[in-house]
Amino acid sequence: MTEKATPDVKSSRFKLVDGLLIAMMVLPILACMVLKIVFTPKAEGVPISGALVFWQTDAPLMPLYISESQVNSWAVIISVLGLCLYLTHGLTPRAGLKRQLAAEWIVEQCEKLVNGNMGGFFSEWAPFIAAIMGLSAFSSLICLLGLFSPTGDVNVTFGWAILVFFLIMYYKFRGGFWNYFIGLFKPIPLFAPMNLIGEISTPVSMAFRHYGNVLSGSVIAALIGSALTGLSKSLLSWLPGVLSDMPLLRVGLPAVLSIYFDVFSGLMQAFIFAILTMLNIAEAVPWDDWNVRRKKRKLPEVNRENPAA
Amino acid sequence: MELAIGIMLGLLGLGAGIAMIAGIGPGIGEGEAVAKACEAIGRQPESKSAVTSTLIMGCAIAETTGLYALIVAILLIFVAPGSFTAILKEAVGK
Repeated sequence: MTEKATPDVKSSRFKLVDGLLIAMMVLPILACMVLKIVFTPKAEGVPISGALVFWQTDAPLMPLYISESQVNSWAVIISVLGLCLYLTHGLTPRAGLKRQLAAEWIVEQCEKLVNGNMGGFFSEWAPFIAAIMGLSAFSSLICLLGLFSPTGDVNVTFGWAILVFFLIMYYKFRGGFWNYFIGLFKPIPLFAPMNLIGEISTPVSMAFRHYGNVLSGSVIAALIGSALTGLSKSLLSWLPGVLSDMPLLRVGLPAVLSIYFDVFSGLMQAFIFAILTMLNIAEAVPWDDWNVRRKKRKLPEVNRENPAA
Repeated sequence: MELAIGIMLGLLGLGAGIAMIAGIGPGIGEGEAVAKACEAIGRQPESKSAVTSTLIMGCAIAETTGLYALIVAILLIFVAPGSFTAILKEAVGK
């Protein structure tokens, strides 16, 4: 091995790249905060609203929006990319840096999860599943910084669900289009509409489950915040000076609720979205029909546990 | 006109409330699931981690119907009034 056991941490080049990667993690989020502060209109009453619209133009079918969800999604994507590059910066065969251990742990856990839920045939899917899980988790967690979480917009989760739907369809058609079409009319032809609805309901339910959980959390948080403001206005107005204007009762309780609604619920939904993606894709493959087709083309047999030769 | 809009908004709120009756279902279902999980852990304490992860997964999926009702309620409260008021104004304005 010509490589060194530990990377040259002290060198200015290493430090410069590290600094750039940390900037890549932090700057997009800061830019989003600035955009939010600049664009938020002054509002009275309970502040429950969807994503802010930054820019809008006319398009042939419907107006085209650039809204907070897209901007925040891209910020999260760039930040997570920066995080991944930071964790894998300075990799060595003998794990000289602690961050390498973290990176290895993440990769191992993802591969274990995918192998356990999808079988060895799909082990190449670990990066995709990890990407969807990371994007979803960090998109939900971004609301801890006071930003609009992109998963609270149904368009975002629907986009992911449609992507998963195409993957499911791709694997369903592996057994031949005609076989898939016949399968819709089983066990009796009367079930065809039911089966069709069942096909379409998979992405719809995945999208709505994720969106509903995040949205309900933010709506409840906003309602409780405004209720506590009103309560402290009516109860604590006898306090002297500036204290009477401050919503003092708002200290504490929203933070405790946020642990459940923002942190736990957001991470849970990311995990569930990933698990459902894995299960739906793994269940979609018609192994018998596919093997019949492969035999005709003189290809080796495949099954769920073994990677394709 | 104001009376009509008022009645419509009231009925939308009522509809949102009625839609959330669906919250009963997931509540009963999740309670049932947790009870069974407690029984299972009591019988086999060594299977606690497996039971817990399956339970959380199942609870999150059982919540789905409740969340559908929630989405319908939120649509009725925040989205429907705008479009319905526009429709009403158009119909009355003729």
